[in-house]
Amino acid sequence: MKLGLVVDLDTCVGCNACAVACKQWNTSGTTGPLTDLEPYGKDPTGVWFNRIRNYELGDYPDNKTVHFPMSCMHCEDAACVTVCPTGASYKREEDGIVLVDQDKCMGCNLCAWACPYGARELDPEEGVMKKCTLCVDRIYDEALPEDERQPACVMTCPAHARFFGDFDDPNSEVSRLSRERGGEHLMPELGYKPVNTYLPPRNKPNIPTYKNETNPIEKVKDWVNRLVAR
Amino acid sequence: MASTFKGLPIALNLPQFENHEKQEGKYTTCYMCACRCGIKVTVEDNEVRFIQGNKNHPVNKGVLCAKGNAGIMKQKSPAKLQQPMMRKKGSERGTGEFEPVSWDVALDYLSERLEKIRNTDPKKLAFFTGRDQMQALSGLWAQQYGTINWAAHGGFCSVNMAAAGLYSIGHAFWEFGDPDWDNTKYFMLWGVAEDHASNPIKIGLEKIKRRGAKFVSINPVRTGYQAIADEWVPIKPGTDAILALSMIHVLMKNDLFDWEYLVRYTNSPYLVYNTPGESTDGLICRDAEGNPQSWDLEKEALVDGSLPEIKPALFGEYTSADGKALKTVFTLLAERYLDDQYSPAEASKVCGVAADDIERMALEMAHVAFEETIEINCEWTDWAGRKHDKFIGRPVSMHAMRGISAHSNGFQACRAIHLLQIMLGSVDVPGGHLAKPPFPKHIVPPIKPAKPTSPGQPLNSPPLGFPTCPEDLVIDDDGKPLRIDKAYSWDAPIANHGLMHMVITNAVKGDPYPIDTLIIFMANMSWNSTMNTSSVRDMLTEKDESGEKDENGDYKYKLPFLVVADAFHSEMTAFADLILPDTTYLERYDTISILDRPISEPHAVCDAIRAPVIEPDRDVRPWQEVLVDLATRLKFPAFTKEDGSPKYEGYNDFVINYEKAPGLGFLAGWRGEDGSKSLRGEPNQNQWQDYIDNECFFEHKLPKEHHYYRFANKGYLEFAKESGFIGSSKPIIMELYSESLQKFRLAGQGLYDGPQPKNDYDKHRMVTYFDPLPDYYEPLEQQATSSTEYPFFAITQRPMMMYHSWDSQNAWLRQILAQNYMYMNRQKAEEMGIVDLSWIWVESENGKIRVQVKLMEGVESNTIWTWNAIGKQRGAWGLDPTANESNDGFLLNHLISEHLPSKSADRAVTNSDPITGQAAWYDLQVKIYPAAAGETGTWPTFDTIKPMPGAEKPVSKLQYQTHKAVGLHRSMRDILTRGKTKRDDS
Repeated sequence: MKLGLVVDLDTCVGCNACAVACKQWNTSGTTGPLTDLEPYGKDPTGVWFNRIRNYELGDYPDNKTVHFPMSCMHCEDAACVTVCPTGASYKREEDGIVLVDQDKCMGCNLCAWACPYGARELDPEEGVMKKCTLCVDRIYDEALPEDERQPACVMTCPAHARFFGDFDDPNSEVSRLSRERGGEHLMPELGYKPVNTYLPPRNKPNIPTYKNETNPIEKVKDWVNRLVAR
Repeated sequence: MASTFKGLPIALNLPQFENHEKQEGKYTTCYMCACRCGIKVTVEDNEVRFIQGNKNHPVNKGVLCAKGNAGIMKQKSPAKLQQPMMRKKGSERGTGEFEPVSWDVALDYLSERLEKIRNTDPKKLAFFTGRDQMQALSGLWAQQYGTINWAAHGGFCSVNMAAAGLYSIGHAFWEFGDPDWDNTKYFMLWGVAEDHASNPIKIGLEKIKRRGAKFVSINPVRTGYQAIADEWVPIKPGTDAILALSMIHVLMKNDLFDWEYLVRYTNSPYLVYNTPGESTDGLICRDAEGNPQSWDLEKEALVDGSLPEIKPALFGEYTSADGKALKTVFTLLAERYLDDQYSPAEASKVCGVAADDIERMALEMAHVAFEETIEINCEWTDWAGRKHDKFIGRPVSMHAMRGISAHSNGFQACRAIHLLQIMLGSVDVPGGHLAKPPFPKHIVPPIKPAKPTSPGQPLNSPPLGFPTCPEDLVIDDDGKPLRIDKAYSWDAPIANHGLMHMVITNAVKGDPYPIDTLIIFMANMSWNSTMNTSSVRDMLTEKDESGEKDENGDYKYKLPFLVVADAFHSEMTAFADLILPDTTYLERYDTISILDRPISEPHAVCDAIRAPVIEPDRDVRPWQEVLVDLATRLKFPAFTKEDGSPKYEGYNDFVINYEKAPGLGFLAGWRGEDGSKSLRGEPNQNQWQDYIDNECFFEHKLPKEHHYYRFANKGYLEFAKESGFIGSSKPIIMELYSESLQKFRLAGQGLYDGPQPKNDYDKHRMVTYFDPLPDYYEPLEQQATSSTEYPFFAITQRPMMMYHSWDSQNAWLRQILAQNYMYMNRQKAEEMGIVDLSWIWVESENGKIRVQVKLMEGVESNTIWTWNAIGKQRGAWGLDPTANESNDGFLLNHLISEHLPSKSADRAVTNSDPITGQAAWYDLQVKIYPAAAGETGTWPTFDTIKPMPGAEKPVSKLQYQTHKAVGLHRSMRDILTRGKTKRDDS
């Protein structure tokens, strides 16, 4: 299995629901807590597995705003795993999820430097690296209803811009969407074979304008009353 | 544990991450904003493990926004109030010197004071509620108390939208109506500053994008929703009306409108007197019974225009029985909007949208409405008993909000948008704009605002209502306002939601009169919800140095007593004399009632409750419980038995047993003694539990034949009458032309047979703005402000991850946004030599602020904007004084005056829509210039608020978890083989 996410940039409005749902689930999750420092003070910071970046393309008035959620790509050839000196970072053979064994991590930060996607965050309080687990503590939990065995970010997304599934299965929703909508990997040229894909914005629909065959109305008298029963 | 993944068996050696036996899933309703989504809260040891959207809930269908997901941090906020507080004797108001008191002491004191006021002059109590989701109760409370000085926050929020809708189509945007997301093919979003609604709009946008419908956004700023629009139209703020009317001009020029729809469902064919200078001018010609007259083309005679099967003329000039000149409503419309001043070329000069684009958008919508018509096969019966076999749909839909609402021309702008919808035949039809029950209502609802007050007596009608003529104004015989906020006076005749933003100023200035006590619930009127923040803060501590002294020998405050009810320590609670601490939304019972602000969906009548999911750990009480307690202590008739004993044991008992009319109560579900009845039925003593058993919401799905054309749908209208939504099952006639407005205009012209304004300024306002047809006028403040000196429009947007959730300055959400910047167009900034992230001064006629600027592409060249309500006073909301919000964040409010520039009038007149009293936040014009070298940091700043006695100290480190993490471990073998070997157990 090759589990991962599809993010639809055509419908993402940058609302941060996915980011906060992730924070909420995972702070009590398998690698929790997700420490926050100065939560009520100057420059509050904390550990987040998913952050929304915002970009503008083009110059006014031909500009476009793109909201771009970023989390671990669960790369097939993950640099973060390769560089880990303690073996704490690993990619699970059975489903491809990249995880950090919290007991083996010494917080050296090498993996964060190696990751080109900025997907790993050091918990300064605990001294260990944390990252997206694809909610491994949800997706296999049989105590949850089957339709809730999904990452928290996917369940919550109000614009349904996030999908989860197995890229090894050509019939899965994520495979189908990536195929049909031209899903793209982020920075594939780096060679880490990221699993997650992004669906580019769709083309604008082309709506024809109403073609009027008659002369334009100039004054009220140009209209002739029609017999319409009330 | 053996697991399955998407139905496939997988053997995995996973630990049990969650101890589900210790957890309980409880349903309730979110209150992080006004959407009222259904949530499921997983609770573990009285702590919240997880909040998720309820997938069965009609509003959010399982999804949840950033705010809803951050509910845990609202619950954990150190700003939570702990117990009732009174300002320390002898201390100055606003200095934050409080002492804890018991609830008994607090309520004894308050009820004694309230009783005294009630028995002398009840309007000396003003009761204004902010983001109140139980206005049906607080309004009833005010009515029973006998004060006309009650309203909620609608006057500074969106009354323009509600009023324009209710005076035109009988419903409105957002709470009263929604786009038909499932069928629409063209969606135009007007002026949504990322505000209402939250999840429903996102769910809807995704549906239309997936279907390939076109999404056009009219907005000076391109963030959030506008980011995914197929077309972004950067309009100049406050000019939306001219854009809408210009598109109407294009439709008319091309003979493109839904003729049958206009004849059947609107007042287009009604005849209007064309008798300038006479008292009949502009009124609808009626027969002796009051029926509107139309000209029947077959009979060639005047007929009762409300009859079925007549063949009324849409156009033409006719003569009344008594020989007066008449024109059809639609003739008046056509004469108006065919004029060249509405041509795209002329409109473009005002709104900045290219003429070609205006023309194209109008013709695109016409194409979709008339060439891509939807037909839904379904038998339905119209109001006259005629059977139809299908619903015809014009799949163009719209939604509009803040950017229309917050201008002093917003009522007419919103009417113009509704007119555009009606011309296209797209109101309550498949693919169009759908009403949500209990709407549509007849235009307008037959409720008049209360006027007389008398000691010890309830009002004879609710404090708020819907005026249709000058007789309905709440003024005295001299024409002076009777309400403290001057709602329903000549300043704002159709102020259906009151003017909360004027209460403190008017009360302190004694204009129209001083009051004794002001109760504020859940509104930050000394900070981000007031205009002119600095001055209003000063007013709150102004003393009457010509008046009596108190027992300490000090002069009394001009606003003698201020009660604040809220769950959090805010800039407002700091000024309170008495603080009544509320519970959080996870700790209490609530109703989300059809009598109030409904959460229905277009095809389902819905309401909901909150039920507590965790126990409060403080000495706090739900505000609605306190209201019922006070009502009982003060022996309000509706709360007292004939023998003088209390009628209700508390809020829960009240909700079950109170009946507005026989069988109609706060909750519509599970009525009848055994809970078997819906919408109408006897009280059910098990009603709360029935709701809890149904995940805390009630949904009554409408049959398919009631889905559309409900303004003229016999079955639906009869159902709505039976359910108490409307008083009559007569059809609802949409009003393109508002005779109600014309009556006010006649009053201004001195032609009305009834109350008339006495001074020239009021006359001018009636004549100019009370146009029976929607029209554009320059916003009032801008009329009196030099665009040369103040060339920029300054507005605010609502960050969707915080909108309505800034009350706790949530520890998670503030990591996303803790400082607001002033955003401006990059090219414009470069022309002016303004550098990204530099500090600039922004100056209006009312004052100046120093802010940090950020340059962007997605903003109209002459507009600057910022996120609303991010700036905080130091020490408020449980924040450390060094917090970014208080040192780098800012409020735009300082620049906005609550009054129009003084040259506008001979007296202080509210900076609001002249029709509805809607606060004109977005009319602001400013100039900007770089701050001097070394001038950094936000200005103005204010003293640090002292923490409340007993307040939690904000922590510098937060590690929230409801249980210790159960980790996953990598085997040594996997490490040694670098993951190249299959796991033993796989």
